[in-house]
Amino acid sequence: MTTATSVIGGRQIAWDRRRRALAAFWRRYRKDRSGMIGLVILVVMILVALAAPLLASSRGLNPGLATYPANAGPALRYPLGTDSDGRSVLTELIWGSRISLLIGFAATFLSMVIGAIIGIVAGHFGTLRNWFGPQTDNVLMRITDWFLVIPFLPLAIVLARTLGPSLHVIIFVIGITSWPGTARIIRAQALAVETRPYLERSRALGAGHWHQMSKHVLPNVMPLLLANTILTVAGTILSETTLSFLGLGDPTRASWGEMLNAAFNSGVGTGNALWLVAPGVAIILVVMAFTLVGHTLEAALNPKLRER
Amino acid sequence: MALLELRDLTVTYRTEGGPVPAVRGVNLTVDTGQTLGLAGESGCGKSTIAASILRLLPTSAKVTGEILIDGDDVLKMSWGKLRAVRWAGASIIFQGAMHSLNPVQKISKQIAEPILLHSPDTTPTQASKRVAELLGQVGLPVSRADSYPHELSGGQKQRVMIAMALACRPNLIIADEPTTALDVMIQAQVLDLISALVRDHGIGLIMISHDLSVLADTCDRLAVMYAGKIVEEGPAHQVFTDARHPYAEALAWAFPVIGDPRTRLSPRGLPGDPPDPADVPSGCSFHNRCAVAEDQCSTRDMELWPAGERRLAACVRVLEAAEGESGRPFVANEEKATGEGVLG
Amino acid sequence: MSSAMLDGALAAAQELREEEAGAANGGTGLGLVRLLSVKVVSALITLFFVIVFNFFLFRVLPADPARNLVRGSTLTASQMAVINRTFGVGLPLPRQFWNYLAQTFQGHLGISFQFHIPVASVIGAALWPTILLVGSSTVLSTIIGVWIGIRAGWDRGSTFDRTSTAICNTLYAMPDFWLGMVLLIVFASKWAIFPAGGMHSFGGGSTGFASVSDLLWHLTLPAVVLTLVYLAEYSLVMRSSLIDELGSDYLLTARAKGLRDAMVRRRHAVPNALLPSITLIMLNLGFVISGAITTETVFSWPGLGLASYNALNYPDYPVLEGAFLLFSAAVIAANLVADLLLTVFDPRVRQA
Repeated sequence: MTTATSVIGGRQIAWDRRRRALAAFWRRYRKDRSGMIGLVILVVMILVALAAPLLASSRGLNPGLATYPANAGPALRYPLGTDSDGRSVLTELIWGSRISLLIGFAATFLSMVIGAIIGIVAGHFGTLRNWFGPQTDNVLMRITDWFLVIPFLPLAIVLARTLGPSLHVIIFVIGITSWPGTARIIRAQALAVETRPYLERSRALGAGHWHQMSKHVLPNVMPLLLANTILTVAGTILSETTLSFLGLGDPTRASWGEMLNAAFNSGVGTGNALWLVAPGVAIILVVMAFTLVGHTLEAALNPKLRER
Repeated sequence: MALLELRDLTVTYRTEGGPVPAVRGVNLTVDTGQTLGLAGESGCGKSTIAASILRLLPTSAKVTGEILIDGDDVLKMSWGKLRAVRWAGASIIFQGAMHSLNPVQKISKQIAEPILLHSPDTTPTQASKRVAELLGQVGLPVSRADSYPHELSGGQKQRVMIAMALACRPNLIIADEPTTALDVMIQAQVLDLISALVRDHGIGLIMISHDLSVLADTCDRLAVMYAGKIVEEGPAHQVFTDARHPYAEALAWAFPVIGDPRTRLSPRGLPGDPPDPADVPSGCSFHNRCAVAEDQCSTRDMELWPAGERRLAACVRVLEAAEGESGRPFVANEEKATGEGVLG
Repeated sequence: MSSAMLDGALAAAQELREEEAGAANGGTGLGLVRLLSVKVVSALITLFFVIVFNFFLFRVLPADPARNLVRGSTLTASQMAVINRTFGVGLPLPRQFWNYLAQTFQGHLGISFQFHIPVASVIGAALWPTILLVGSSTVLSTIIGVWIGIRAGWDRGSTFDRTSTAICNTLYAMPDFWLGMVLLIVFASKWAIFPAGGMHSFGGGSTGFASVSDLLWHLTLPAVVLTLVYLAEYSLVMRSSLIDELGSDYLLTARAKGLRDAMVRRRHAVPNALLPSITLIMLNLGFVISGAITTETVFSWPGLGLASYNALNYPDYPVLEGAFLLFSAAVIAANLVADLLLTVFDPRVRQA
């Protein structure tokens, strides 16, 4: 009777390889200073958003309970001054980070899911040798191209106005207008993956479409997808800001864009300038952070991509 | 005075992992009307030499020694003089003409460009005439003059590169792997063309290739490089059929001679890989792959010793043969005389 | 036969084919016209789908389209009946769609809720200011942005490169309307150098030079904002395109010929780098539109963007619908122009 003692399972080998690849990737990432700065900013922002209740009382958001003088400059109890309702700008800024980041992540997630599905399906079926496959690819790409041509803001305005102002609508609108870029990139990568030998082997072994796409194509486009997602978040946060500024957002959930909208409506140049400047600076920092991290991710992943 | 003379040329690249010596003290001479072949495998430094002659290496490369074109040291020239020498004094035919031509410019414009640059008084008509003349010399129909590079085949593109290289009537042409990317039939045509042109115009030519058989046919003299140094040099045919240095011999034997029984019987190829330029073996850099290496090969610094009339080789056995056999006529290797393969 | 030999044989066959093809072809004129017409037709089809989408969104989606159409207005019953008839409410869907198509092609884009005049008039009045603003900003930002991008990409890693790239990245991360508001505070509020908005001053010189200079005075701040915002993108795109070209072999050939550095850049690198730049910029043209909308809003510039903003908040659906159609048409047209430019200037595309 034999006992399987020191046989290392295939799964174990795979995990070891992944861990080593991850360590190597992190080493490459760390070398880039701008990427590290971006990462630090991101982590700080996310921590601030999560720790909002600890940093500033949410009662400070209620205009009815505001006790500070309106449109005041910076003072000890309100370091960034107050808005036209007498609320502390700093409090709004901290709580606003939650909404802005939430919408950014949620909309990006939606866009990523749609984009990845369409990209992988188009890329996978595009390489098939029957009639149906490339036609699917063709149709999907035509739809993608159409979405790409349509200018984002007018489309978003029209959709948001028709569907009504709410958090969910904003997430939905941004999500379904941001996916085409992701879809194209993922499709290109999927096409490259499709030409690799193990895909052909798995087909020969009788693997179905679902298996091929989920077990082979998807893991290999994952790194690129991740980098693209981070870059997309930068875009969705800016989009949300713009939509809120135009008045399409949910005024009860004060994102940074909403703050800018309120500041604009109460008259530019009157009142506390910091009310206007602070959210803008916050947005710039967050968007730049995501962009830096995203680009560094791409660069650190590049050796892998080049190996194609 | 020689047309081109390289004296103790050394090229070191600055990399993240430290300085990497690609070329380590090379001496070469090319006279007018003479063709020199430079052979070796990838990474031995031959392309670096080609680029260094006209100072086309990236800024991360440190070049020492002398590169004399008609007696003037290229490395000490001012930028203005260098730009004047480029193409008009010496021109280059790059390997992989696939990407060496500007994709969005007509080839006639690209061929005319150096002409107009170096002779600014040339009128457009004169330039067109010269372009047509050059195209004719390389066997391309004049109708192709208004084509773009992507409209031409590989062989045609290489002909365009050759025509371009001749444009300013240089005294020296450096051909870096001119036929590597082409398939055999086209290769033969291009080589014939180069030989004919060099003969007709009395140009000096350095041809670089990893294909020793090609060089043996086309060139007067042949130099073999290994790990940044020249290991053998001499008349082309002699070096090819009767190499003195073990590496040169192995390289020559890698190209089978049809009908020669020795080729069929003796094993070809060398164990191992060419050394990483950053980590070259001590002494003779070939000693770790050499079948007839001796103890002193790993410690003694090699030089190019005389190995016959106008021949040099950097092998101790050559030195011993030359020293020990004074008076005796120079005979080929003992092993070959007995019929065993050198590598047997 | 080994795979290497097979490759060799295939390559030889390919060479032969290319020789033949090369001999026969040379970028014929007829082929070019056909290629261009295909692209024009394609653009028209895209526009058609936009119209269909519009119909779907405004007439099909809402539960009660008529109610939606007249929301916010006070109309008598007979006026409602007229509206219902005009918009074909109650008719079968295909009939509605046909009416809608016919009306759109005739330029009847509906009646504005807010102003009770045809949407076409509202849009028509707002068109010129937007063209002026966006046009001037685009021209300026293209020239400056491309110059910066070339210089930054060519001298990669230099102080100029690092500084300009950092500035452009910051501008790109900035909400354009925020920049507008900050400039307003500084230059129109704190130091009243420029007007706080609008396109003309009240009673300010209505003719000749005075009128033009008044216009320019009002145009300055919004144009500066848009120029900065567009410039950031254009320079980053140009820079990255040029960097992609930097390692190319043909640049080495150009240097070997004895060309000066600046010549190598101008004659060889830049023409090649411009082509992918056009494509990349093409993909982001919606950016131009959104910049226009938000900036006009901040500066009360009476263009199509401000009209959209007002329509958005009223809500004036017919105007929104019309604006969306026009913006989409503009971007489709711009894409087409860029595509045509590429076809004309890139010889490799013509061959396809």
